[in-house]
Amino acid sequence: MAGTASGGARRSRLAPYLLVAPGMLWLAVFFVLPTITLAQTSLSGAEGGWPAYHKALTNYGVHFFRSFRYALAATLLALAMGYPLAYFIAFRAGKLKNLLLGLVVLPFFTTFLVRTFAWKTILNDGGPAVWLLQALHVLGPGGRLLDTTIAVVGGLTYNFLPFMILPIYVSLEKIDRRLVEAAEDLYSTPVEAFRKVVLPLSLPGVFAGSLLTFIPAMGDFINAQLLGSPNQQMIGTVIQNQFLEVRDYPLAASLSFVLMAVITIGVLAYARVLGTEDLA
Amino acid sequence: MRRLGRWLMDGVAVLVLGYLFLPILVIVLYSFNRPAGKFNFVWKAFSIDAWKNPFAYEALYESMKLSLRVAALSTAVATVFGTLIALALTRYKFRGSGAVNLLLVLPLTTPEVVLGSSLLSLFLDVNVRTGFSTIVIAHIMFSVSYVALTVRARIRGFDWTLEEAAMDLGAPPFRVFFKVTLPIIAPGIVAAAMLAFALSLDDFIITLFNAGNRITYPLYVYGARRAAFPPQINVLATAILLVSLLALGATVLWQQRTLRQRGLAVTPLA
Repeated sequence: MAGTASGGARRSRLAPYLLVAPGMLWLAVFFVLPTITLAQTSLSGAEGGWPAYHKALTNYGVHFFRSFRYALAATLLALAMGYPLAYFIAFRAGKLKNLLLGLVVLPFFTTFLVRTFAWKTILNDGGPAVWLLQALHVLGPGGRLLDTTIAVVGGLTYNFLPFMILPIYVSLEKIDRRLVEAAEDLYSTPVEAFRKVVLPLSLPGVFAGSLLTFIPAMGDFINAQLLGSPNQQMIGTVIQNQFLEVRDYPLAASLSFVLMAVITIGVLAYARVLGTEDLA
Repeated sequence: MRRLGRWLMDGVAVLVLGYLFLPILVIVLYSFNRPAGKFNFVWKAFSIDAWKNPFAYEALYESMKLSLRVAALSTAVATVFGTLIALALTRYKFRGSGAVNLLLVLPLTTPEVVLGSSLLSLFLDVNVRTGFSTIVIAHIMFSVSYVALTVRARIRGFDWTLEEAAMDLGAPPFRVFFKVTLPIIAPGIVAAAMLAFALSLDDFIITLFNAGNRITYPLYVYGARRAAFPPQINVLATAILLVSLLALGATVLWQQRTLRQRGLAVTPLA
């Protein structure tokens, strides 16, 4: 026994490092290093120093602010929609559980862009959604859905909804059923039992789901480009345009860097509020 | 009161499922459309023309071939890299494992537009022309994390004494790996590889930055909004959906069978 233990210890000294080396080197060269290059590029403007950042914030502050609002709205909507569904699958679906989980991840199996074009089809002028809302007099005769904030936020919510549902489902699934029963015996109403037992225990899932929705939504530009008008363009559109069309690399890099900073600050603030810091 | 709450919750759940399902229904339905013009956005008439001739558009066909090649290559590499990391994290306690975890999670919490643009600034900096190889490099980069985290979640809590038993019985390390370790972790690896393949096939934003003049399937779809959006795009999207569902169904059945053979409980999908 002693021989195996020391043999294991000897093996373990080098083995884990050899195992992680290829993947970690890849991430170091193609993830960490590019981030450093991005920082250098952002400071390499003809004027040198910080003008690119000044320009990024004064000219495109409105896009940052808009992206933040849209991503926040999409995250809240996804939470309002995702939590009941995750709860339903975890506690009430019975034998249908696996089937319903399959349906939740089904959108992942169709191309992201084709899905967004499908929303364009649905929301199109003269399409089914506009027709229905006009029949219900929610929308005026000339009213439209495409090229509106509703379309963009709706598209963002749709695209990242499974990222909200799955972590919440996982945290609900882990809850000991006897705990819920005990709570329902102790508290007078099921609402109170939910509020005091189920909800707090599912908060890690809510935290993870919100981040996994907010972060990609904040950087997305496809929904704004396909479902919105120029008035709904988000910061991702500007970054892509500056990098690939205008080719003002210092400005584009500084925009990218500010986006990363905004998200990091948002995530840290959110972690403080919810009092949990584990992401995975 | 109790009833009302339950009904409300169930009602919302059903509506949300419908919301998730609606665009997919539209994609499949419009693969059977005969559009009036070049753009398949308005329903005109039922037709199976696009299904009879899915590769009518040469460029679309080529883009699909490119996407499949990129996905196969990046999945193969990322699956090996990610699985090795997952093995290290579950089998060993070592200094620096916290840093490894952090480096795995960071790409997932960075917006794609930042990942794509920073990688492009690296390639510009060292004068590498973007094209096939840079697409593959980018796809491996974002897949490694997904593979490592998926495999780790699946193999956590396995009974590793089986390995020791095999070694005590005198099996050489390579034999132990192929006869004991690999069969145990295989279902997790397959699930992770499928995820990596799907992510690669679907990736648009990071690819847009690093593709040079190569056009993958998502990039073709993006360009199609200007020139022509034929129903063949929907046919291929539906085909991807069907193949994924078949693959998913097959692996679920296979996993249930192997688990049952080992006398273990059948675990749910997620």
